[in-house]
Amino acid sequence: MHHDGKNDDEKLNDQGTGFSRRDFLKVGGISLSVPLVMGARTVNVAGQDVKIYGPGKVHISLDINAKKYAAEVEPRVTLLDTLRNELELTGAKRVCDRASCGACTVIVDGKAVYSCTVLAIEAQNKKITTVEGLMDGEKLHPLQQAFIDNDGQQCGFCTPGFVVACKAFLDKHPHPTRAELGTGLGGNLCRCGTYMGIRAAVMQVSKGGQNG
Amino acid sequence: MRAFEYAVPANMDQAIRLLGNSWEDAAPLAGGTDLLSLMKDDVVAPRRLVNIKEIGALRGLSIDAKQGLRIGALVTVQELADNPKVAHAYPVITKTANEIAGPQIRNMATIGGNLCQRPRCWYYRSGHGLLARDLKGQSLVPGGDNRYHAILGNDGPAFFVSPSTLAPLFIALGATVRLVGPNGKREVLLEKFYLIPKSETEREHDLKPNEIVTEVIIPLLNGAKAATYEVRHKEAMEWPLALASVVLKMKGQTVSSARVLLGHVAPVPWRSAEAESALVGNPISEAVAEAAGKAAVANAKSLGRNGYKIQIARVAVKRAIMAAS
Repeated sequence: MHHDGKNDDEKLNDQGTGFSRRDFLKVGGISLSVPLVMGARTVNVAGQDVKIYGPGKVHISLDINAKKYAAEVEPRVTLLDTLRNELELTGAKRVCDRASCGACTVIVDGKAVYSCTVLAIEAQNKKITTVEGLMDGEKLHPLQQAFIDNDGQQCGFCTPGFVVACKAFLDKHPHPTRAELGTGLGGNLCRCGTYMGIRAAVMQVSKGGQNG
Repeated sequence: MRAFEYAVPANMDQAIRLLGNSWEDAAPLAGGTDLLSLMKDDVVAPRRLVNIKEIGALRGLSIDAKQGLRIGALVTVQELADNPKVAHAYPVITKTANEIAGPQIRNMATIGGNLCQRPRCWYYRSGHGLLARDLKGQSLVPGGDNRYHAILGNDGPAFFVSPSTLAPLFIALGATVRLVGPNGKREVLLEKFYLIPKSETEREHDLKPNEIVTEVIIPLLNGAKAATYEVRHKEAMEWPLALASVVLKMKGQTVSSARVLLGHVAPVPWRSAEAESALVGNPISEAVAEAAGKAAVANAKSLGRNGYKIQIARVAVKRAIMAAS
């Protein structure tokens, strides 16, 4: 502990600029209450104007489960983190965050993708479906019901991503073979090992012809 | 992930000018399945991402009786796997594309990105550089955990393995890759596109920071027999431990010319002249395939923990030849 109660950083700043770190924080506290959102800047490239966004926060709008959402995020923020941290859509889970486990699976323009590996800014003007968009009011999607009927989950953490991946799979393969299940659901991991139940759930919905 | 600025060029001209003269300036963003993970791990930190997905010239897939197959760099692995014309003319491409990673990756990952993806070497991915060196400049691989590292072309300083599953097959098929940069277009045989870096400033691709792969051209099979055989730990979501891609031109029952490529065994897709000469002039039989497999790994050597890959590579060559026949 220094006798003047200041740490080395503050002393350095005192000497260098006459502006202490504490003063900086006071100023910073005020400016931080106003969101630092920048518009795009325009640069002329090859004779045409191109907009450059960021690196600070930018306005984005997303079409999720047929509803418009707005957010202010840096270009580096993923779709997954935007869903979870900005839009309160916490169905997609952040597990590996490296495009390996499938817990963050969402459907973008009809295709299953890892939302951890899509930037939110590049997901604009696309139709995004998350697990929250599968229910019809209070009624479970047939696939969600089939997961319950076939014991397709244990701890449940992989389940939302798996349900969405299965939905995308069934949309493409309404009457899948077992072999198609193997390659078609290979992008999701369940550490509890409930694969047999999940496969049975997919086959139940496929047979029932109620894939909605 | 470090902060970066983001631009979406409408055409190739803009894209090239938005890229920089150094790798740190900017990176093109296509599928993002490799790039964003590299950025999250701080292995690369470009100051700008140039989203090239709106550039129509990079899209599309067509088969022409003269030119063969043209695959635009932005075609996704799944689009390639699902294309009926490809399934008809090149069933080997359909099968190989369908087994890459899992559906989400196949939906996102592009063919250009698959060919330009960076090595999976865990020393590289942990920030030790492409040549995996410690602070004294010594490679961590020979005395370290090298169970997935190279068994061929592994005299150093590079010990990683080339990660693309499509590249060995495309090279076996005689593919060329087309690129665009500030000085215009150029075309390179895909075989020559892969390089073994000798220093940390070199890369494993013949690619400059402001160049973009635009398309891949693959000649027609014209009756040649082709197959790929992969050995993986798991059925899905796994890079192969080793794979072999073979394309055999026949004259009657005899192999008149052969291309044998091994994947995931060397810092580049590894063409085995030894296996090729074991095939040419012979009819295909189990014994000939076995001899070609042995020839393919005649010069392979273990780094300590990856000796098991020698047998896997040998068998992959044999089985690819038998699958093609």
